[in-house]
Amino acid sequence: MSLKIEDLSVAYQSLRGDVQAVDRVSLSIADGEIMGLAGESGCGKSTLGNSLIFMEGRMKVTGGTVELDGRPLPISDSRAMNHFRLRAVSIIPQYAMSALNPTRRVGRMASDLLKSRGVRFSSVREEFQRRIALVGLPDDVLERYPFELSGGMRQRVTMVISTLLNPSLLIADEVTSALDVSTQRAVGEMLMEFRDRGFVKSMIVITHDLSILAQIADSILIMYAGKLAEKAGAATIIEHPLHPYTQRLLASLPEVGVRYEDAALTGIPGRPPSLLSPPSGCRFRDRCPFAFEKCAEDPPFIELRPGHHVACWKAEEEVASEGALQVQEAAR
Amino acid sequence: MSMLEIDKLSKVYKSGTFGGGMKPALRQVSFNIDQGEVVSLIGESGSGKSTLGKIILRLLSASGGRVLFDGTDILGLKPSQLHDYYRNVQGVFQDPFSSYNPLYKADRVFELVRQEYFGHLSQQQWDEKVQAALETVALNPADVINKFPHQLSGGQQQRLLVARALLLDVKLLIADEIISMLDASTRVDVLNMLVALKRKGLAVLFITHDLSLGNYISDRTVILRYGAVVEMGDTEKVFGHPQHPYTRHLLTAVPQLHRRWQAADAERNAADGLGAGGAKGSGAGMTGAQVSTFGADASSGGGQSQRYSKSGLHPRKAGPPPVPTGPRPSLMELEDQPWRSRFRVRGGPSVATVLANNAPPALVQFEPGHFVAVEE
Repeated sequence: MSLKIEDLSVAYQSLRGDVQAVDRVSLSIADGEIMGLAGESGCGKSTLGNSLIFMEGRMKVTGGTVELDGRPLPISDSRAMNHFRLRAVSIIPQYAMSALNPTRRVGRMASDLLKSRGVRFSSVREEFQRRIALVGLPDDVLERYPFELSGGMRQRVTMVISTLLNPSLLIADEVTSALDVSTQRAVGEMLMEFRDRGFVKSMIVITHDLSILAQIADSILIMYAGKLAEKAGAATIIEHPLHPYTQRLLASLPEVGVRYEDAALTGIPGRPPSLLSPPSGCRFRDRCPFAFEKCAEDPPFIELRPGHHVACWKAEEEVASEGALQVQEAAR
Repeated sequence: MSMLEIDKLSKVYKSGTFGGGMKPALRQVSFNIDQGEVVSLIGESGSGKSTLGKIILRLLSASGGRVLFDGTDILGLKPSQLHDYYRNVQGVFQDPFSSYNPLYKADRVFELVRQEYFGHLSQQQWDEKVQAALETVALNPADVINKFPHQLSGGQQQRLLVARALLLDVKLLIADEIISMLDASTRVDVLNMLVALKRKGLAVLFITHDLSLGNYISDRTVILRYGAVVEMGDTEKVFGHPQHPYTRHLLTAVPQLHRRWQAADAERNAADGLGAGGAKGSGAGMTGAQVSTFGADASSGGGQSQRYSKSGLHPRKAGPPPVPTGPRPSLMELEDQPWRSRFRVRGGPSVATVLANNAPPALVQFEPGHFVAVEE
């Protein structure tokens, strides 16, 4: 088990009080697993990802523990985290294209970064060159300034630098949004290849685009308003989602070959609730077409089918009635 | 006569300190848009799709060609005449968050329209007009009026900008990547709104890099690569039986929910084999030379991808890079080839020469309402 998060809560401090962006989240990622983390903007997915590597000044952990490879990860202590950053946990930031220092050559920047981790650049230079070649960048890229590279090349440079020390966990935050389709595919396949070659042990891919996760992720976790809504294997989430929110998210994606005349897609009406004072009970209740009285209570995040966790009363009932049917049939 | 006719429109960007570099961004693009029609313009970054939109909106000048709106060439309009043109044609752009001035309330965009065009209306008449426009884009006035931009969601902001365009009774809307910054759940609302507007007679040029969105909404599709049209026609024909290797390449790269990329590759390769035979069989509308071009394209697929992946090793003639076809090379073998920087311009510094030397591939009719470029 490479990453284990238990009951993690992260809040943003604001003048009007704490905004609970991540609310009692528990999850674990196996070695070699690519976990997709999806949801609408403001659901807390980026906060969860960022909290594992760098807590901004206004972020604070309000509870829970994180374990990486059996050792506790001191995420609330920024100084202690220094030891883990880049070595054990690394991130490809949301705007990887502009994450490079414009005044430094790529090689110089990488060496600065490594020096700050106490690693000598000369000791990894050969491996760096090898990986640069592996992702199809020219050798002289180390001598170039970021502005001399195209957007796609910068994205790749960032990916190589982030994973240079073979981190155990890589967080890829919206790395494919704002790219055109063939670059999206290239980046997605590169992430899988990095995992296959063992450059990173496991990965959290944060995105709002479920179709890219359907391509690359092993498991998918859906978040809504700071809480976990559903988690299962990628194929299960895409083909047999149980949570109404996941179902609606999937229904709002147009597919190639679908036209408005044939099947009008529907969005999800309404907006996610404000996390400053989150509503009680199920947070999706106001937008949910299946909401009923029980939804006023907070649904627990439980395993309804093997490996399929859902936080929804309706889904629980459905699965229970299915189970009852099966029992009846078996009895017959 | 179509409402908007784009006739051999070209644009060359000058770059470099002394304006020595010349980059053809649009190469003799021609197509038209009828009333009540949604045309999607699809291309990757650097294909010139946004340049085209900006030229239609007169935000950029053109280097050649004509843009006829209701029969008048709008490229020759004087600033005083533009005032009337903008009553008919408006644009909405990608980033709603930077389209508003954060210091003012969001509905100030309406007020600016009023100052410019509707100074003579009374407050009550104006309010009714705003109300009607907001209803059309399915916004509740109470949700958006008197709010600051940061209080609105991206989808609301984007719809508000469309409402602003509707105040002017526009006939043509240039929608440049208007939903790529929005959440998947709000995208659909904006798309469905465009469909509703289209049914009321609005023409939309829907510029996007996302094929599934283009496919969902448009009546006709224009695929732009490198500033030239490579395939265009009725949407179901272009997506149903794509002919140009570039179109197929794009289609296989689209991340889909129920089909893996690898499966898409396999399908495409299978279709390539069949496609060559199909093209030969149904070659009634095509000359023999064109048929053989299609056949050659499909059969030499493997060779082409080889050239693509190893292209850095060989000197290559100027012009667009070949479209990768055939089995997809592994990503790690793929070299980065930023197309724009690889584009070597032949000829002297004159715009006319640059354009002449970079003539677009000829379009042939593959079937009624479906045109494909024949690469030289």
